[in-house]
Amino acid sequence: MKKVKVIATAAAYPEQVVTNDDLAKIVDTSDEWISQRTGIKERRISSGENTSVFVIETARKLLERAEVSAEEIDLIIVASVTPDYGTPSLACMVQKALGTKNAVCFDIVAACSGFMFALSTADKFIKAGKYRNAIVIGGETLSKIVDWSDRSTCVLFGDGAGGAYIEETDEGGLLRENIGTEGECYEILTEGYTRCANAFNDIESYQDPRWYVFMNGREVFKFATKKVIQSIRQVLDEEGLQAEDIRYFIPHQANARIVEVIAKKLNVPFDRFEMNMERFGNTSSASIPIALNELNEKGLLERGDKIMLSGFGGDMTWATVLIEW
Amino acid sequence: MGNGEIFEKIREIIAEQTGRDKEEITMETNVKEDLDADSLDLFQIINDIEDEFDVSVEDPESIVTVKDAVDFVESHK
Repeated sequence: MKKVKVIATAAAYPEQVVTNDDLAKIVDTSDEWISQRTGIKERRISSGENTSVFVIETARKLLERAEVSAEEIDLIIVASVTPDYGTPSLACMVQKALGTKNAVCFDIVAACSGFMFALSTADKFIKAGKYRNAIVIGGETLSKIVDWSDRSTCVLFGDGAGGAYIEETDEGGLLRENIGTEGECYEILTEGYTRCANAFNDIESYQDPRWYVFMNGREVFKFATKKVIQSIRQVLDEEGLQAEDIRYFIPHQANARIVEVIAKKLNVPFDRFEMNMERFGNTSSASIPIALNELNEKGLLERGDKIMLSGFGGDMTWATVLIEW
Repeated sequence: MGNGEIFEKIREIIAEQTGRDKEEITMETNVKEDLDADSLDLFQIINDIEDEFDVSVEDPESIVTVKDAVDFVESHK
């Protein structure tokens, strides 16, 4: 059976840096409080650019780095909970911007696991035989759906995009995955609700409070630690590997304290978990590919390295993919 | 499992999570105030208690002291 390999990675994010001290000027919080509970020191926040700006920039870099032409791209899948439009999809905006006229382009939604679900979907398209390659991107401008007067959530999130160019190969690549959803508890993490107002009902048209990110911190913490640990263990077991065999774990960058629990319970040294939430905050579907790209840009990934990517988040979703670089 | 055993186990969980000596922790200990634990430490303590005793804590705010945790387990196991 065919395999699918990551050939290039890229990321793009706003230039504007918002520090914890900057946030302390608009809500009652402090650098110490935020750092201690989340590991976040600063985040990138859009100066007005919408999600497509960062997604398109990521796609442009992927073409350059993979040294493929726009016409050669077969498939583009973008994951986002904060696209510019309902329609067009971000993927089709990439198609227009870059001229990837032979690609099939669509978006998917799987919250903070979005990039992982997109990667898994593209993997199956390629393995089915009709598509040879894909661009897969997670991109968000969470700053537009955050209530900037709510100190319990507004300190957590950032904007940006990250992605990968993948193509068919004979060996290595995406080795194994464990993905899943637990829709019955979706209410613990929600955003983006719009009211169903129309000309023939009496529902008032205004911004519903559920437009903004709502999170039950304790339940999300519990879900994340349990599901990520379970899914990593399952992938290791099925692949006949030990945690020591993994060069890097790249978890979703939601909260350093969640990652600490995961590392401790898996009995893996904390420093094998790649973390950049200190500088980016939680960028939802973009967090894993931004972190993967940082490792790659620093030249820290060698062919043959085993890398475990694990996403978790709203819906509620989780997704672990084991990659042989 | 008797009250004393539940206390012993909960004391171990709290000591492990907060990095304190078991001897520092009594029934009267206020987990957040006396042990300098924040809300995420408390989440993890409650998660571990749930796993250990197969109980489900619906209202984590109700667990303030070690005694609250012991009483909860005692009445829900």
